[in-house]
Amino acid sequence: MSEQRMDWTSHPAHVYPDYKSTVLRGPTKPLVAIDHTLSELTGPVYGHDSIGPLDDDLTKNGMRNGEPLGERIIVTGRVVDENDRPQPNTLIEIWQANAAGRYIHEVDQHDAPIDPNFLGAGRCVTDDTGRYRYTTIKPGAYPWGNHDNAWRPNHIHLSLFGPSFTSRLVTQMYFPGDPLLDLDPIFHGTPEGARDRLISSFAIDVTEPLFALGYAFDIVLRGPNATPVED
Amino acid sequence: MARRFQTPSQTVGPFFAYGLVPEQYGYRFTSIADHAVAAPTTEGDQIRIIGQVFDGEGTPIPDALLEFWQANAHGRYNHPADDRKDNLLDPDFKGFGRIGTGTSAEASFQIDTVKPGAVDDRQAPHINMVVLMRGMLTHAFTRIYFSDEATLNAADPVLAQVPEDRRATLIAKRDEALSGSVYRFDIHMQGERETVFFDI
Repeated sequence: MSEQRMDWTSHPAHVYPDYKSTVLRGPTKPLVAIDHTLSELTGPVYGHDSIGPLDDDLTKNGMRNGEPLGERIIVTGRVVDENDRPQPNTLIEIWQANAAGRYIHEVDQHDAPIDPNFLGAGRCVTDDTGRYRYTTIKPGAYPWGNHDNAWRPNHIHLSLFGPSFTSRLVTQMYFPGDPLLDLDPIFHGTPEGARDRLISSFAIDVTEPLFALGYAFDIVLRGPNATPVED
Repeated sequence: MARRFQTPSQTVGPFFAYGLVPEQYGYRFTSIADHAVAAPTTEGDQIRIIGQVFDGEGTPIPDALLEFWQANAHGRYNHPADDRKDNLLDPDFKGFGRIGTGTSAEASFQIDTVKPGAVDDRQAPHINMVVLMRGMLTHAFTRIYFSDEATLNAADPVLAQVPEDRRATLIAKRDEALSGSVYRFDIHMQGERETVFFDI
């Protein structure tokens, strides 16, 4: 059994000084390459039994006394491996800021309003074809302390386990045409040729008339090394 | 078959708690995993692992997210790829835990679990870890071994791939002063004692 290694032409290095907190937190000694064992080729299994009925609708799962404010969006795509094989029954965990750019997290002190009807956390699971879909509010941009007048582009945080311990992925999905992307050291920490993979595309075929704009975003996880035999 | 390229990693950021460990931090959302990797009724030796995560200046990090993946007391993973019938599967033991370092005054973590058995007849008991935090654009992989398994550790094929002078960073120390089976495992992101992180 053999698995793809971490692709360092796709993933950011541990220390990227333009993103200041990497300087004291990113490992600096060389990573130790080890042969894969059962410990790496297994991993936590979370699927349909892990989610509640409203988990895939962030416009509903935080409601207290009304609808959350902001632009409703639908995000969909496929989770596949590097051979384009669909990854069914795979959990995606989702968290994000509200439309005003404020996280409900108590550490977030950005002076923008909390939306009492928006939590900003959700989950969904891929179907038999690897497709996922969730409904949410488009997150706002927000300022952060990395450098003078620093603002994060609009983004949604995503977390996936995939089929094994090696396929663990935590990432962020961005939106097309966002002028803040050019100025964002977190986005730019990604190798140049791989950055576009983090940007969703507007999709009119996902857009629902009179309801919500649609965005498409595929997620590619690490997978088996050899091209698998068709089964 | 079309070749696709891996979606790049991005940082978990400072605000993951209400999405990934909501119950630990008191948010109105369910958690899929927490510090209790095993239940008190899970078969095996009940152990507790405590520790802190330190940055390059030796300051404890209060916004790290730690994940734990382990075999059960028989050395069997609860996953389809581990189909060894001679190691007993415990269907109630998933083997996964998750904790943020933001809910204790000392920015410490504590997990309760059972000591994993030796895996595949060759590896010493160990727990696999993912370390994530603001300031890490890509997560890091490491392993926890146990100080009271010196013989098995000496024969472990993964430890053998680690430079000898760095192996100690992967070994949780059993704390004899505390009652029960408590191990301490600190993670140093940088510096003299930088924890070994794996390229897997």
